[in-house]
Amino acid sequence: MGGEVIFFLEIVISGVMAGVMYALVALGFVLIFKASGIFNFAQGVMCLFAALALYDFMAPGGWVDRWFGFTFPVWMAIVLTIGVMVVVAWLIERLVLQHLVKQEPIILFMATLGLAYVLEGVGDILFGSDVKPLDIGIPQGASDWALDNYGIYVEKLELVAAITGAVLVTILGIFFHRTRIGRALRAVADDHQAALSVGISLRTIWVIVWSVSGIVALVAGIMWGSKSGVQFSLSLIALKALPVLILGGFTSVPGAIVGGLIIGVGEKLAEVYLGPFVGGAIENWFAYMLALVFLLFRPQGLFGERIIERV
Amino acid sequence: MTSSSVSVKQGAPDTDAGALLCVNNIEVIYDHVILVLKGVSLEVSEGRVVALLGGNGAGKSTTLKAISNLLSAERGVVTKGSIRFRGEDVHSLSPNALVGRGVVQVMEGRHCFEHLTVEENLLTGAYTRKDGRAAIQQHLELVYGYFPRLKERRRSQAGYTSGGEQQMLALGRALMAKPSVILLDEPSMGLAPQLVEEIFEIVKALNEKEQVTFLLAEQNTTVALRYSHYGYILENGRVVMDGDAASLLANEDVKEFYLGMSGDKRKSYRDIKHYRRRKRWLA
Repeated sequence: MGGEVIFFLEIVISGVMAGVMYALVALGFVLIFKASGIFNFAQGVMCLFAALALYDFMAPGGWVDRWFGFTFPVWMAIVLTIGVMVVVAWLIERLVLQHLVKQEPIILFMATLGLAYVLEGVGDILFGSDVKPLDIGIPQGASDWALDNYGIYVEKLELVAAITGAVLVTILGIFFHRTRIGRALRAVADDHQAALSVGISLRTIWVIVWSVSGIVALVAGIMWGSKSGVQFSLSLIALKALPVLILGGFTSVPGAIVGGLIIGVGEKLAEVYLGPFVGGAIENWFAYMLALVFLLFRPQGLFGERIIERV
Repeated sequence: MTSSSVSVKQGAPDTDAGALLCVNNIEVIYDHVILVLKGVSLEVSEGRVVALLGGNGAGKSTTLKAISNLLSAERGVVTKGSIRFRGEDVHSLSPNALVGRGVVQVMEGRHCFEHLTVEENLLTGAYTRKDGRAAIQQHLELVYGYFPRLKERRRSQAGYTSGGEQQMLALGRALMAKPSVILLDEPSMGLAPQLVEEIFEIVKALNEKEQVTFLLAEQNTTVALRYSHYGYILENGRVVMDGDAASLLANEDVKEFYLGMSGDKRKSYRDIKHYRRRKRWLA
């Protein structure tokens, strides 16, 4: 393979990997939006919160270590963090959502805005605000296999992220389409009242869906944290997920993935091939411009649920 | 009152211990200010089809929602009276607890889950059941037996099925919960007369063969009374009349007001309005 082709492939691959990271964050948004019509502004902070909790359960010098003098093994720390996210979901339902049933979507959105700040503050108090290196044993550095066989430079961490993302989406797909609870979640997404009338408890469903998106946030938090350390700027990746959602559609799990990939690859390619013409730094705004174009021509996104209208 | 075989309710009926469902003098207020039901009492005995009749805004849907407790999601509250199901006071139970006890409502306007397939819609109906996959699968076949058209369309999205099919789907979905009483709200809405007939035939079959009790709210008085055993007529949030379906069908006032048939001579519209106003006042 020629140098040009390999260079192009490397850009695409690094774009795909970045895209998977975006998609992981966007996934959490989609889950909550589908089930309750709420755009959860706190999703990015949930990633941060989960990553912080995980760090403090397992890392030497973390909260648990300082107070009790021991640390949990990685797998146990992950299980405990999942527990924490479920408790957070339950608290959110109890303290916030339950009191806002039947309110306008914009009011619920404002509530999640407040939630974002509360979670960030609580995270700050509990876990401290310095950058923490998260190491759960994901291999670092370049993949020798890709380098030896194809001469392409690929980060091992990014490969792991891609595989994890694929597994997560498959599991979610099975959960949504093959299980009783998954079916109930989709039913609630379609029609709250009808869901009530067949005996689905909205409160249970909301706790479940916030828990699931908390777990997705944990996975995203682990990946981002391993890449660039657990720090408060993590909560800002939520903003990058916004164009992903607009591209893929707010209600579609595959849409979040494909949208993430398009944004990831698109911004890397644009940076390298278009950047020189406009003075560079396209990467920062390319996604938003793409989203704008989509808003103009296909507001429901690539995979958003078609609005069914019978004539 | 001119009616002979029809009794006029003015307070609570004597509570019959045998009644499956007993609504006793309930009052419903929406949003803390709008008084919709002003003391409605009715009884539904096991194994019967009972019709709840009346015009727009009479309070039929509200009565059904008060029983199934879907009211709470619409900021409505039962402020007075009691609702008993099998002798148990159920008026503070959540909708899912009620479905678990066998009280299921089919809402007005069908409310199918549009993006789910027909079969998935039916399966969500069995959400509260705990008797295992095999039993639910068996029940699904039973429901398909009553609605062969749904079986043909089992894989298509519910949003793309016709109005009649959606009504059947909503009814089938309620059946999947193995209910003892179905609260059926306005099944005839927006359907062709032939389809209305078909739906009511199925209601009758379900009542006779599956021992499902029905309380149905209908504006289509003629059809509803033909297929039910007993009827209540609501007007302005009150029960103004009740009786056996046959006696209601024969009643002169019912004919006049709800069936659009007057006895022999034509009456002027003004007379009717006057008569009606006086009658409501008396009730």
